[in-house]
Amino acid sequence: MTQTTYREALRAAHREALQRDPRVFIMGEDVGRYGGSYAVTKGLLDEFGEARIRDTPLSELGFVGAGIGAAIGGMRPIVEVMTVNFSLLALDPIVNTAAAMRHMSGGQFSVPVVIRMATGAGRQLAAQHSHSLEVWYAHVPGIKVLAPATLEDARGMLWPALQDHDPVVMFEHAQLYNLEGDLDDPPPTVDIEHAAVRRAGTALTIVTYGGSLPRAFAAAQALAGEGIDAEVIDLRVLRPLDMATVIASVRKTHRVLVVDEGWRSCSLAAEILAQVGEDAFYELDAPLARVCSEEVPIPYAKHLEDAALPSPSKIVAAARRLVPGHA
Amino acid sequence: MTQWRDTAFTTDVTACGRDFCLARLRDMLRIRRLEERCAQLYGDGKIRGFLHLYIGEEAVAAGVMPHLAPADNVVATYREHGHALLRGVAMNAIMAEMYGKREGCSRGRGGSMHLFDRATRFYGGNAIVGGGLPLAVGLALADKLAPRPGCVTACFFGEGAVAEGAFHESLNLAMLWRLPVIFICENNLYAMGTALARSESQIDLTKKAASYGLPTGHINGMNVLAVYEAAKQAVAYVREQQAPFFLELHTYRFRAHSMFDAELYRDKAEVERWKQHGPIHTFTDKLKAADMMNEADFERLDGEAEAEVDAAVAFAESGTWEALERLTADVYTPAGGVAA
Repeated sequence: MTQTTYREALRAAHREALQRDPRVFIMGEDVGRYGGSYAVTKGLLDEFGEARIRDTPLSELGFVGAGIGAAIGGMRPIVEVMTVNFSLLALDPIVNTAAAMRHMSGGQFSVPVVIRMATGAGRQLAAQHSHSLEVWYAHVPGIKVLAPATLEDARGMLWPALQDHDPVVMFEHAQLYNLEGDLDDPPPTVDIEHAAVRRAGTALTIVTYGGSLPRAFAAAQALAGEGIDAEVIDLRVLRPLDMATVIASVRKTHRVLVVDEGWRSCSLAAEILAQVGEDAFYELDAPLARVCSEEVPIPYAKHLEDAALPSPSKIVAAARRLVPGHA
Repeated sequence: MTQWRDTAFTTDVTACGRDFCLARLRDMLRIRRLEERCAQLYGDGKIRGFLHLYIGEEAVAAGVMPHLAPADNVVATYREHGHALLRGVAMNAIMAEMYGKREGCSRGRGGSMHLFDRATRFYGGNAIVGGGLPLAVGLALADKLAPRPGCVTACFFGEGAVAEGAFHESLNLAMLWRLPVIFICENNLYAMGTALARSESQIDLTKKAASYGLPTGHINGMNVLAVYEAAKQAVAYVREQQAPFFLELHTYRFRAHSMFDAELYRDKAEVERWKQHGPIHTFTDKLKAADMMNEADFERLDGEAEAEVDAAVAFAESGTWEALERLTADVYTPAGGVAA
């Protein structure tokens, strides 16, 4: 066992990828000399050199598009975008080129690019650095979307993402970078296909991903104190969704609550609950439920930001409403 | 810094030789006859969606493409039938694609705007204005890092793309990283219906490229020999220096922007004036005047082009429709499928 952080686990994953495959290179804003805006790539420039650790200008459209082109050209680029908010400047190459390329070329060109970005609120960065727009990408056929929420996934998801022939967008919740814990040595291998049951339970299923996983754990712990035994599912992969794991859990608990830091309307939570309604309606003993962000650009002031986001107490309150005798 | 103007290049047909000149004429005629038939087939309902014709601009593709090697990459726009054809994509596969048939070069998934061909490294067929430029930069970056020294990526785009951020970001990256891209701006004066002067504060496009440090050339795109000579030197520069070059080719689209365009934004007289400079008939006239070609030679080349088009139409007509069961195929790469 090695004590590590989410950030260090990501860095180790990058180092390993650079060592194992000469086609892998990293590019993005401040990934080199500065060491990465979240310090994920710190030290890699000295270790691997300018050709493979490439600082870019503030040209999200340009360098994400170039990463896509380099992937089509046979390389295995890892493109880092500072935040999902900034990635909107690169939506065109991601959606119109990377996601569409294989299909519109009749299967001739795959796009094996990995695009990483920070997501999420909680650090008083206000309305242009805090949003959770994972669902924008999860909406699009042709790309795969990952949300590592644990040390194991931070360490393990990058390599299989690079082995994938199709574009992979990987979301790292900004509040997870300092997550600490122990990691097996050598680190476990993980897949990029399945959701994971992170806490087994019987009373209800809490489905979540990314930065909301620690909040769901905290809520499950509080609920356990009240005699409510919650199962917690970490989606891990936001497209394609592993609904089989979710439905299997719902068949066991008959109650489902989705926790999603995205805005409520047209959210991932909405999609997951719709699918539960379509495929497991008669398994349900309580209405479909969700805790999402309030429909507001994330505000700066701490108390307002906190109020806008899913929290353990909101999750606990929503869970109580689903379980008889606890409302 | 290099800044070529038209006068830098000889356009003397006699110096180029008969075989060479007939080959260029043949290339232009193949595009022209293919597209004239496409327009007709559009009217017949055989081709649908958007259809953007290159008619009038053939000298650009015909002058540039001979300089590209098989290992080079080509990125084009939604007005790319001619580029695909001269790059070596079979006319049959192009026509079948327009028909939406399975035998098309994109299996009927792309249509007129999305011709792709792995074998000839033809990367579209990109219908987002400016969208091909970052793609080209990335392909050149892959060549640099692989490394595949001596490879060139040719990126064709219209002058409308110059207004996009993608243009500026791409030229900056290409120059900053010294990537072997030849940026070929086909300036046909209108971004759909908006004239350049109505949308750009600086209409000398080479100045924009020069501001990023790229060497530039501004060439008469209606003269296939001028294009050929300029492209020869520009491609050689990119290949040898492994650095980008910006070539602006002044040209004109004789047909509407697409089949939906009523052309209310330009005078018929202006179109007629430009037709006087048509790349095919002016070149033909020069060759005849120099006694390098007679009418029979022209008829033979033209007949061959028409026959190729006839065969392509027959091929497309006899093509098959993709099975509906395969509707969602190739959204993702199948396990063990073709890697890029």
